[in-house]
Formats: sequence, C-alpha cells, structure tokens
Amino acid sequence: METTEQSMSLAGHPPKALNTAQKLATALGLSGLLIMLLAIFNVNFPNKTLWLTISLMAISIGIIWFSQQAYAHSQAGIKNDGVWFKSISGRGLWAWMLGIVLTGFYIILYFYPQYLGLRQGQDNTGVIALFDPLSRLLSGNPASQWFVYGTLYTVAILAFGIKFILKYRHNRYEILRTYSVMFYQTGFAFLIPEFMARLNGDLPYYDLKNIWPLNYYNFEQYRVNAFIDAGNIGVAMLIFGVLSIFVITPILTFKYGKRWYCSWVCGCGGLAETAGDPFRHLSDKRMVAWKIERWVVHSVVVFVTLMTTAVIYSYLGDDSSKYWLTRDVFLIGVALLLTLVFAWAMIFRRNQLKKDAQYGAIGYFVIIIALVGLHYFSGNNQVFLFSSGTLRKTYGFLIGSIFSGVIGTGFYPIFGNRVWCRFGCPMAAILGFQQRLFSRFRITTNGGQCISCGNCSTYCEMGIDVRAYAQKGENIVRSSCVGCGICSAVCPRGVLKLENGPLEGRINSTEVLLGNDVDLMDLVNRK
Amino acid sequence: MEHIVIIGNGISGITAARHIRKLSNKRITIISDEADFFFSRTALMYVYMGHMRWKDIEPYEPCFWEKNNFELLRARVTDVLPDSKSLKLSDGSDFTYDTLILATGSVTNTFGWPGLDLKGVQGLVSKQDLEELEEHAPTKNECPRAVIVGGGLIGVELAEMLRTRDIEVTFLVREGAFWNGVLPQGEARMISRHIQSHHVDLRHNTNLKEILGDENGNVRAVLTEEGEEIPCKLVGVTTGVRPNISFLQDSPIHTDRGILVNRYLETGIPGVYAIGDCAQQREPIGNRPAVEAVWYTGRMMGEVVAQTICGNRTKYNPGHWFNSAKFFDIEYQTYGWVFSERKRKAYENHFHWIHPDDDKCITIAYHKDTREFLGINTFGIRLRHQVIDRWLTEKRDLAYIMKFLKDANFDPEFYDHYERDIISAYNAEFDTQLKPAKKNWHRIFFNTK
Repeated sequence: METTEQSMSLAGHPPKALNTAQKLATALGLSGLLIMLLAIFNVNFPNKTLWLTISLMAISIGIIWFSQQAYAHSQAGIKNDGVWFKSISGRGLWAWMLGIVLTGFYIILYFYPQYLGLRQGQDNTGVIALFDPLSRLLSGNPASQWFVYGTLYTVAILAFGIKFILKYRHNRYEILRTYSVMFYQTGFAFLIPEFMARLNGDLPYYDLKNIWPLNYYNFEQYRVNAFIDAGNIGVAMLIFGVLSIFVITPILTFKYGKRWYCSWVCGCGGLAETAGDPFRHLSDKRMVAWKIERWVVHSVVVFVTLMTTAVIYSYLGDDSSKYWLTRDVFLIGVALLLTLVFAWAMIFRRNQLKKDAQYGAIGYFVIIIALVGLHYFSGNNQVFLFSSGTLRKTYGFLIGSIFSGVIGTGFYPIFGNRVWCRFGCPMAAILGFQQRLFSRFRITTNGGQCISCGNCSTYCEMGIDVRAYAQKGENIVRSSCVGCGICSAVCPRGVLKLENGPLEGRINSTEVLLGNDVDLMDLVNRK
Repeated sequence: MEHIVIIGNGISGITAARHIRKLSNKRITIISDEADFFFSRTALMYVYMGHMRWKDIEPYEPCFWEKNNFELLRARVTDVLPDSKSLKLSDGSDFTYDTLILATGSVTNTFGWPGLDLKGVQGLVSKQDLEELEEHAPTKNECPRAVIVGGGLIGVELAEMLRTRDIEVTFLVREGAFWNGVLPQGEARMISRHIQSHHVDLRHNTNLKEILGDENGNVRAVLTEEGEEIPCKLVGVTTGVRPNISFLQDSPIHTDRGILVNRYLETGIPGVYAIGDCAQQREPIGNRPAVEAVWYTGRMMGEVVAQTICGNRTKYNPGHWFNSAKFFDIEYQTYGWVFSERKRKAYENHFHWIHPDDDKCITIAYHKDTREFLGINTFGIRLRHQVIDRWLTEKRDLAYIMKFLKDANFDPEFYDHYERDIISAYNAEFDTQLKPAKKNWHRIFFNTK
C-alpha cells in the first residue's frame, strides 16, 4: 500500500485543498513579493516609502490571513492533518520549486548582490533602493543587500511566528518560545544594531545575541579595532562578546539546556521554528544521518576554532612590553583551554562518550595541538599551515554562505528546517557538547506509556529518533536537541516532557519498562 | 542451536524476540502474514491522516533485523502441529521449530449482523484494514458518509481519521455516553460532547440491526434497531477485538476465547507459549480481564516470556494497571483501577473534578472506608507514571494524593496548573483544609523528603 506516495500531486489530495480565502491570502502575499521582484527588474517605483510599505504589508497580511484561515476555525490541538499529502510539505513539485527559488535567492544575495541593485559608491537601484527609505529611517544610511535580507528575515519570523502561535495555541511552551524568538529577532538582530549605527557610527554592526562561533567574524582585526576605537561602549561590547561564549552560555546551558539559545533566542533557530515549521518532519532520522551529523558538525567546530585562532594570531604582536596579549600568550592560552576541556571530558565523562566520539575527540585534539606545536618548530609566521586569510575566506564561503544560507535555508522544503543547525552550526555543537555532558536538561520519558507510534521522531526537526529512546523508557539526552518541545506536543499519550531536573539519574537506560513485574524490572535493569 | 519461532510481528512478538536476542544467540524466526516489518499498530490512524508515512510507523530501520540476526518470514500459518514441532504454511510447506511463541494478536469482533460481508464493511486492526479503508473511503466524493458501530477506542480513532477527509460520520454507540462501559459517567459525557464538537453525528443508545447492500455487493446503508436507515458507503465495525486463533482449530492447543495459558504464559504443550492479545489467562490476574488486548500488556508479556525461554522461568506478574488513549484533542491516561458505574466495586468511591472549559477532568477512585487510593483517570492533564505507580504501591490515601498532586503533573512547562482548583473542590466535598505541596524533585525521582 502506498497511501503516501501521492505527494507529487498538485490536485489537492485529501484531506485539505486551500479554501477561497486562503487562495486570496496567498495571492495577496505573492503580490507583495511581486512588487519586490519588479523592483529587482528595475521597475521604478516613484514613491518608494509607499510601495515598500504596501509590499511588506501585503506579505505580512497574506501570511497571517492564510494562517488564520488554516487554524482559527478548528479546535486547538495538533494540526498535522495531510502534512505528507500536501505537495509543499510532502517533497512534491511545489516543494522543489520553492527550494529552487530560495536557493537561487541565497546565491544572488551572497555572491551577486549587484543584481539586487547594489552599486559600489553610487546610489542603490533595484530592490535595495526600494528599502532605502526604511534603512534611512532606522540608521540614517542607505540600504544594503543585508538590510533587505534582514528586513525580510524579520518579517518572515514575525508573520510565520503568528502562524506558529495560532497552530500551537493550546501549548504555552510553544507560544512563549515563539514570542521570544520574535522579540530577539526584531529587537536584537534588526533594530538595535541599526540604532547603534545611528548613535555611534564607529561601532561595528553587532547583533548582541549572535555569539561566537556562530558569529565567526566577531574577533577579526577590523572589528576588534572598531570596538576599541569606539571607546568604553565598544570595549564593553567586546568583553560581552568574550563573556557570552565563555561564561554566560555555559551557565544558561547548564541550567536549561541549549534550548535557551537555539529555540528561544537564535535567529537561525527563529526562522527554522517559524517559517521552517511546515518542513520539520523532512529531517533524516536514519542512523547514518546521525553519524554524518556528528562528524560534520564537530569538524566545523574544529575548523572555526582553527580559523579564529589563526585570525587573532595574525594581528597580535610579539612584544609583551607593548601589550600583554602576545602571539605566544594567546596560542598557549588556546592550547591550555582546549587541553582542559579535553581532559575534563575524557576523565569525568568518558563513560558517557561512545567509542567514535572518543576517537573523534582524541583525533581533533591531537590535530590542533600538533598544529600549534608545528608552528613553534617550523618557525614561520603562519599558524596552522595556511595563511589566516585563506582559512578565513574558505570558512566564510563554505560555512558562512553556502552551508548556513544556500543549503541551510534554501533546502528547507527538501531536507527540513534545521539542516544548518544540525550539520553545520558550530555554536550548536559547542552548546550540544555541554548539554550532553553537563546540563540539567533532559526530555523525560514517562514510564511505560510509549506506544512507538513515531510522531515524536517524525516531527523532530533535528532528526533525533526520539521514539528509539521513549520506547525503551529512556530519557532523551542528546547533544543536538534544541528543545523545541514539538515531540512532547505531538505525543498522543503524554510520554515526553522537557524539563530541567537533577543531574542524578538524568541518563537512564532501561530494558524492562515500568508497568511490569517489579522484581523482573529490578533484575533486568540492574546495572 | 535452538530454533525459536514467533508467529506474529506485533509488539508482543517483537518484544519477545528482542529480549531473547539480548539474552542469547538462539536462532529466531519471526513469521508474519501481515507486513514485512514490525509497525506500530496504534499508529495506523496517522498514516491515513497524513501525519506519517508507512515507514515512519515502523520503529526500527530495515537494517535492524539483519543486524540482530532475526529471520523474517512473510507467510501465513494455517496449522500448528506440536507432535512434529512443525507449522503448516498456506503454501502447503512445513516449517519446524524447537520453541514456538504464538503472538498472533486480534481480529475485529463482530456480532453476526446481516451484511457483514458486503464491500465497505471493515474493522481497523490490521495493515490490510488500512489498505481497505484507503480503497473504500479515499475522499468525501467516494464516501460522503460513514457509519461507525461501537463506541470504543478504535471507533473514536476511526471517526477522527474520517473527519480529516471531511467525510460525514454517524457513530452508533450502545451506551448512553461514550465508552460508558469503561469510563465513569462524568468523563464519558465529557468525551461525548467533545466528539460531537468535532462534527460527528454521535448516536447514543443506538444499536445496529442490519447492514444493507446494493446490487453490486457494496454497502448502501445501515438499519438500526430503532428502525432508522442511514445511508453510507463505509461501515466501520469497532465493537472490540477478539483473539486471532482460528488457525488453531485443528491443533491440540487449548483455546477458549483466546489461547489458554498459565501465569508462565505456557500453553500446556511443552515448548509452546502464547503472549499478547491472543493469550487468555486461565485465572484472571487481579482485576485484569483474562484477555488483555492492550499494547502495554503485549509488551510486558514479551519481556516475561523471553526470560522463561532463556532459562529464567518467570511468572507474568504485571504491576499496576495503566493505559492511555487520545479522543480527538483530549488525551486520556489511567493508572490503577477506576471503574465505570456498571463495574464499580462495592468499596469503590469516586472523587470527580471537571474544568469549566469541558476539556479537562479527573476522577480518583478510593476505598470508601479506608480512603486508600485505588486509581486515577485524567483527561487533558498528563501524569507522571513513576509517581502514580509509587503511590499505588505505597497504598497512599486520598488526602496524600491531593496534597502532592503537583509532583505527579507531567504537562509541558508553562502550562496552566489545576491542582489548586482540584484541591479546593476536594476541600469543599470533604470539608477539609488541604493545601497543595510544592513540586519537589527529590520526592519525584528519589522518593525522599
């Protein structure tokens, strides 16, 4: 029986075709996009403020109206009817078309911004010019392709955030989490940096919630110089950037798991959870995908560590009488920190690491330390064999642009909404490392109530086979879990609960589940 | 090497197989006529509703079976011949075993109504039933109206499924409120109202008399005992299930409604065991029915029989009863025993609380003399299995349950809590001044404090 292979159909297979209002809402939203498309092709809009407003309003209202039609007339509850039947969410024709359009958009955005109307040293044209009035209003400067992108990104999180809230209106965890990402996107990612540019033009663009290594360029020379030149406020921001990753992040992750960031604060997560929500079931749950994920994402962490070390090293001096932080001090500091983390994990958490994780950790550690050592023995001025500029450029191209943008978001309708977060994000990997080994967070499995139905695994955007744990009565403690809470929401039997509990007994594998003979449970589960 | 043959690849058979594999290297063959791989039967509905694809309801990847050296055989067993320790398969061949586990599950229970063999009359138990449903009720054009007969868990699932395709559903229920044979009245009525709010034409106190067909042998309508004719294209028969044992009629294995077994799940014939829905305890265990057709009990019997087969002869000795379900948007959990009016014990009293929104309620059963906690039903509120299970073991009294109710809550974070409302209802009813205790991790996880 292949009841689900009809997803290529466009003919509105059961259960739901769009109703008239939804068709109108779609048309309205698309008309907003059409205005921008026309602007790209240099149709001249005389009153840019008016047309930009119309365009953004049409998109927002279209999305919200559509959502209201989709959910408001039905009772609160899980709304996954027909997800796999619909072309757009079932990898049908519409999904592929959307994927191609999004991917194309990212390629133009990152590599050919001139087609959007970016002009070096001249007035903008095209769609970027359309956004000039809004940019001038906020920061006083003309728009850039990044301002266009940031605005659309924010509109997407806000409008699809409302959609998500309507969809999960029975679930306060989901509602609060969505308000949170909407707030951080609008305030921290969009407005505050623009206002800062207006108030203090010397400050580099800084989205305060964007933490290194996600913000891989934060400690580059031009930024560090700009921070320092901007005076106390700049230095404070630089210090905040360092504290974010080394102090604030570990404390919050210990208390709440990495969800405090990945599904409550982060912009990438914000887009994935709102606009990306209709695609969450498309993530690959196979063991092989998990294996690839572990190697790829941790390799990215190593890459970003090497790259950042090389970049910082490149602009430090050798003379300790001029400034205490010399190349030697810095390199030794990095090596020391990595050694401490490595030693802690290997000594105190060895029994929680699988074989391949141990090999991987040892391998990566040896590579990094060897490269640092090599530098001292070879005596040339380049750390890690390649010039810092090459590392920086390669990282920016491969990880910063291709992975996070083109693949990460462009392929939402094909690979699911968290491809970047799962396979590529070094920040998620660092938080995940801690979440797995040193955090109070877990998803508790409720005794013996699991019926192995598979809703949790299917709707896990991170591709975690939640069911594999739940049906064994085992808590889910996985480094990749972003704590979106959807597994718990879709569970028909109340089996899963995200919570921050005591460390003791957090990881508990059982063989015979609750409900059976207590003596048998004791016998078989005894470790 | 000992060859274990398991007939049936549902939760019981697969659990037994997994546990035998953990404990031994015995050769294990699993025979199924229904599907290539184990799937979650309780999730059949989600495939029709488009929440999941078929492969999503299979809990293990296809490579799992080979990796763990399970031999899977897609065949139908037509007879069991214990004398020669062999099975007859439908293609006429023989298949031998050393140890046999019968885990053949259930089939739809019917009551001999005329018209049962018409096209469009079906239950919802097997993969084949789901395929038939896709055929009989693919959209509301082919099937504008369906009639469901029998108000139980499968019936309400079928109603929810059909409603996702906008098919009109008339739901015939023998009782005066939904599932009132099992649920106490307050709950049964709330669920009835909830089902109706999903635009299901729910008919209480209505019985099927006959299913009417057209000239092509398709369903045309049903006729009720009350004399009404309801046109429909599909008749869902959901009046319970019974053990799937018809293939044993010529075998010496003792059967009644199910395959008769002792507490060790032994059939009486050496080397032949029966577990799950198809097994019938010779002596019912406590308040449990002799045939337990529930996912969890199937799993538990699988866990137990594996011990016995691997040399640690173990009684099936289940702990406290529990079960769960979902009625459209309302989740249901039950722990211990809360009986409906019809089956209520002489010593059993109920404390009932219902939320004004009509989508949440709880019922706590207690001993009317000792106030001992006997069981709890919740609707729209999740409970922590571990905590309730412990309270049942410790034979706590009703006041204790009330006081520490917050420990037992398992709703997602930031949800509204109702302990305060529940306890004030309790205080009003029992004229007490109880206050809820704060949730405490140590009490919850380590039973300290």
